[in-house]
Amino acid sequence: MNPLLRVEGLSKRFGEHIGCADVGFDLYPGEVLAVVGESGSGKSTLLKLLSTRLAADAGHVRYQITGRGLVDLAELSEAERRWLLRTDWGFVEQNPRDGLRMNVSAGANVGERLMATGARHYGQIRATASDWLARVELDPARLDELPTGFSGGMQQRLQIARNLVTRPRLVFMDEPTAGLDVSVQARLLDLMRELVTDLGLAAVIVTHDLAVARLLGHRLLVMRRGRVVETGLTDQVLDDPQHPYTQLLVSSVLQV
Amino acid sequence: MNTLINVRGLAKTFVLHHRDEARIPVLENVSLDVAAGECVALAGPSGAGKSTLLRCLYGNYLASAGSIRIRHEGRWVDLARATPRDILAVRRKSLGYVSQFLRVIPRVSTLDVVAEPLRELGTDAAAARERAAELLDRLHLPQRLWSLPPATFSGGEQQRVNIARGLIAEKPVLLLDEPTASLDVANAGRVAQLVDEARQRGAAVVGIFHDPAIRDRLATRLFAVEAQLLELAA
Ligand SMILES: Nc1ncnc2c1ncn2[C@@H]1O[C@H](COP(=O)(O)OP(=O)(O)OP(=O)(O)O)[C@@H](O)[C@H]1O
Ligand SMILES: [Mg+2]
Repeated sequence: MNPLLRVEGLSKRFGEHIGCADVGFDLYPGEVLAVVGESGSGKSTLLKLLSTRLAADAGHVRYQITGRGLVDLAELSEAERRWLLRTDWGFVEQNPRDGLRMNVSAGANVGERLMATGARHYGQIRATASDWLARVELDPARLDELPTGFSGGMQQRLQIARNLVTRPRLVFMDEPTAGLDVSVQARLLDLMRELVTDLGLAAVIVTHDLAVARLLGHRLLVMRRGRVVETGLTDQVLDDPQHPYTQLLVSSVLQV
Repeated sequence: MNTLINVRGLAKTFVLHHRDEARIPVLENVSLDVAAGECVALAGPSGAGKSTLLRCLYGNYLASAGSIRIRHEGRWVDLARATPRDILAVRRKSLGYVSQFLRVIPRVSTLDVVAEPLRELGTDAAAARERAAELLDRLHLPQRLWSLPPATFSGGEQQRVNIARGLIAEKPVLLLDEPTASLDVANAGRVAQLVDEARQRGAAVVGIFHDPAIRDRLATRLFAVEAQLLELAA
């Protein structure tokens, strides 16, 4: 099987500060990669580089485009990149307000991405949006409400629906459960786990929460100061960490 | 003989970087073959490394040296060298592990927790649940518990859920870490019966059984795990 994403030597500096240094990995269809590390370790920078929201100083991100093979994202036209971001990829922001349009209805938030893939039939778009609200456990009766009236957990679920409705092949998530109550987190995690499995999504999930990484990630990338210090099967890295930094990270949480 | 597990020269030493680089040698030059239809009981005192060996066999602990080959779809996969993707594929289809404690997934019902390994192999939800129900029934887990997540269950109830989950997909290699530790005699007997059936249908079983009665009933062979001399770094 060919990788969906191939990352090589990815580096980015912000002046003296290292954002990311020489990061590389392959991601296969249906594979979930969790990226962990303390804050400031370069996790979100990596996500921005991968999703072409930020230009790298060095290195390559290649993505498998149907019929074209692995294509260097830096060589895509602006229109092609936008198309990828709108349809074949999803990006779930840490703060749902950054990923949703707060001034349009919940249904429109979901429908918008569908229209980007060419859907035009109003009734059908509405029906699909309604299905997706139900799928993320939001009451479809609230289709016409603005997300401003939703709780944080509801907004996050709406953001997930908005991203998944186009059946993307690859989803990036930046701390998707941070800032939510623990009980709300559990529900969201369970939902994400179910959706990722059912849809066979590949995902890169940045989190500082090792329990989230264990539940969702097939594979783990441990970052420190912009570098990958350890990578491997999730349960192996968490139960038998090899690098001093990973040992510290694992031993400083109660139990994961 | 149809060998399904082939371990050669396995060593495992833990290095604790934040404890003055202490080195804990646990396994040294372990070689072990297990064939279909065998049940090998790991024997040795507490701390000898029985659970460590089992976890290495599952790819949960990283081998320090040697090879751990598991038969998967007609070929050998060396877990000491395989990629995470390959290890997960081997686990999904060929390699089951019943840990001592259930890792609970929030909100998922007992029936679905048990059915999951079958679903991963493509069985449809209804058929997988039906099979899960049969197993839970045989393990005498009260039916009123089936729709609840196992988080609030007693130790013995969780253990039976864990066993059912470990056995449902009938994987050819089964690793069991004290599968009857929290169970009363009657329930331990029911678990033993299921494990024995798995072996008789051709599974290669490696287990740690503290209860001598259960061990005698299940094991076709013992494998001694010897404690390594501790040579802690200064
Ligand atoms: N993840 C780990 N990190 C560091 N040391 C470990 C780890 N896992 C096990 N050990 C050490 O390896 C040694 C063997 O432990 P193990 O759990 O394998 O013994 P056991 O034979 O299963 O004992 P018991 O019969 O008490 O369950 C112990 O000294 C233990 O502290
Ligand atoms: Mg043990």
